[in-house]
Amino acid sequence: MPSYVIAEKCDGCKGGDKTACMYICPNDLMVLDATEMKAYNQEPDACWECFSCVKICPSQAIEVRGYSDFVPLGSSIVPMMGTEDVMWTCKFRNGVVKRFKFPIRTTPEGAANEYAALKGKDLNSCLLSTEEAEGVTLPQPTQLA
Amino acid sequence: MSLPNKPLGELKAVRDPEVIEKEVDILIVGGGMAACGTAFEIKKWASDDISILLCDKAAMERSGAVAQGLSAINTYIGDNAIEDYVRMVRNDLMGIVREDLIYDLGRHVDDSVHLFEEWGLPIWKKSAEGKSIDGKAGLKLGTLKSGAAPVRTGKWQIMINGESYKRIVAEAAKKALGSDNILERVFIVELLNDKNDPKKIAGAVGFSTRENKVYIIKCKTMMVACGGAVNIYQPRSVGEGKGRAWYPVWNAGSTYTMALRAGAELSMMENRFTPARFKDGYGPVGAWFLLFKAHLENGLGENYAASDKAKAELQRYAPYGTAAITPTCLRNHLMLFEMKSGRGPIIMKTSTALQKLGQTMDKKELKHLESEAWEDFLDMTCGQANLWCATNTEPEKKDSEIMPTEPYLLGSHSGCCGIWVSGPDEAWVPESYKIKASNGKVYNRMTTVEGLFTAGDGIGCSGHKFSSGSHAEGRIVGKEMVRFVKDNPDRKPELKESKDELVNLVWKPVRLYLDNCAYTTAVDLNPNYAKPAGMALRLMKATNEYGGGTATYYQTSSKALDILIDDLLFMMHEDTDKLAAGDLHELMRCWEIYHRIYTVEAHVRHIRFRKETRYPGFYYQADFPGQDDANWFCFVNSSYDKATKEWTLKKQDYVKIIS
Repeated sequence: MPSYVIAEKCDGCKGGDKTACMYICPNDLMVLDATEMKAYNQEPDACWECFSCVKICPSQAIEVRGYSDFVPLGSSIVPMMGTEDVMWTCKFRNGVVKRFKFPIRTTPEGAANEYAALKGKDLNSCLLSTEEAEGVTLPQPTQLA
Repeated sequence: MSLPNKPLGELKAVRDPEVIEKEVDILIVGGGMAACGTAFEIKKWASDDISILLCDKAAMERSGAVAQGLSAINTYIGDNAIEDYVRMVRNDLMGIVREDLIYDLGRHVDDSVHLFEEWGLPIWKKSAEGKSIDGKAGLKLGTLKSGAAPVRTGKWQIMINGESYKRIVAEAAKKALGSDNILERVFIVELLNDKNDPKKIAGAVGFSTRENKVYIIKCKTMMVACGGAVNIYQPRSVGEGKGRAWYPVWNAGSTYTMALRAGAELSMMENRFTPARFKDGYGPVGAWFLLFKAHLENGLGENYAASDKAKAELQRYAPYGTAAITPTCLRNHLMLFEMKSGRGPIIMKTSTALQKLGQTMDKKELKHLESEAWEDFLDMTCGQANLWCATNTEPEKKDSEIMPTEPYLLGSHSGCCGIWVSGPDEAWVPESYKIKASNGKVYNRMTTVEGLFTAGDGIGCSGHKFSSGSHAEGRIVGKEMVRFVKDNPDRKPELKESKDELVNLVWKPVRLYLDNCAYTTAVDLNPNYAKPAGMALRLMKATNEYGGGTATYYQTSSKALDILIDDLLFMMHEDTDKLAAGDLHELMRCWEIYHRIYTVEAHVRHIRFRKETRYPGFYYQADFPGQDDANWFCFVNSSYDKATKEWTLKKQDYVKIIS
């Protein structure tokens, strides 16, 4: 189910510091044709259909067409990312449309606590830093063979 | 359109790349769940004078197996006994596992899950009335850490709204490690041993997939954690659909090959995973079985798994087959028996399951149930949702087919191949499970190469970690690598290879291409080199036909293995000298196929060595059907000498720790 780029909508992220789809694709598939300032999927048969490029595209220029070797034509699933939810529009081949909204995150983006100030004390124990800070006692197996 | 004699990729490779040389104390290779755990934990222990660098082939925000998201966390201990977790893993993997590693993981994994929830991952909660409450509303019932009840689908699994799971975990990891200490789009391809002691790690070499740059990085210690291996056997879909692998298609066996070539012992590489999933789309089945209580039927409409014949077959594999939860491989085994007997295809009765659940629900609850079913796909396998749309499949009305996939190699899911590592330095851990460094100390999760660590899919003999366990394991390694650096203040890594030798090694496919591409009128058709795309198909055809792929219902034999190993793979190794790349993307593909060949060779060599069929349903060694506990209730470890190109395989004792 490879991703494809709609020519009219893609501007190669010319206003941004990077081409978003190229930045995010885990398999290095999305590339920018710098002459045309359009992105494209350079290796559709290596696409995992993870939708990372679809979700990150600031122009909603990327969609997905089902794998040609087993997916009948005519359907689409389109995500719309929010800060707390993702909205999916799922269109069936027979015209049925279903919409779903799922939570994605309960905190603002960037708010994950990395515990920058936390410093571990006993490097030789088997406790992780947060466990040590909370005074956890390291469990030991008791039901031995 | 590209013209002939023009590389297809946009990022052309030049003959002489820029060379960046770096020296750090600690190198982290990989950016998935395990590496994110390491990145989060490591600075909590490292003093400011310890330098750390992380290299990810992709962008951490969406790299690794969790890139697309997940709909469940499959390892959360909660109120369970850690010993029971060990027993579950041991039974699923047919008895031979490292119980020290599994127990150790079990006592840390919940801490990582609690962090995920704090960072913003929505975890479903069960209300006092027994209802599932997700998203922010779920938080009103409290956090897991404060005692709120998760929605358990099985004894160990909990449901999440996990579309952004990796983004959240990577965010904390990147903040903790600092962006100055992270190189994205740098693909490490070969590990380097120390000039003065080849049993020690001293660095790694790789390249940027964005710029013509080779990286030579020296380090005192390193973790290699780049996932498992995918597209090593011909997938059932061979056109565009070969990208629709069940596990991430970019996992190229890099972890195993790089460690193996550095001298590390691999363990249980004969183990594989061929998950039974929704046919073609490879969507998850866990929630369908566990949450929605769906069952399977064969083509005759029989609930074959509940038959007396199935029970008798499972009895043959007691105690594993008769345990409360049937091992994954044996569930496949029963399914394959139906398929081979002409009683396929196997159908999941989604319609019956949802209709049954719907009998006690009002309209709103029914709508929510439907939404849960779709979220299961949309959170982690979007393509399966589209396949349902394209085939007009509404699961409450139309059932779907189930099919075991092509084989995958991994150590974190329901599989246990990987690298042999040390257990923790504690009294209850057998001495034979401890690996001592030259200073006499034991470092948890260190491989047999001093200073080289691994985690997640990299560690063998201990599956069922999944996303949360891999993160926790990465954290364990983070702490241990700092300890290693502190214990070895005078360690000065030195490389045996010169700068030119290393650049030649990494850049060889580019130079071969440039030397020869003008000879013919089409760049992909040239007798002087092989493009990686063709080599990948050659590998997958060979393994599929001879190594127990889907072509033979996962059956192989001693003779077939001899042909595969001694003939086909032997020549393939030779031909990797002729791999050619016209652009940086293709150079990445060259190195990936190089990694895949070694990894799958380890796999089939282990199968040839182990003269029994330990995992019926995953693979069958036709010359040695059935399990032979008297001779083979042990691990199999292998190593490779890259100077002599010789493989060594041996038996390694299993020790039972937990009753």
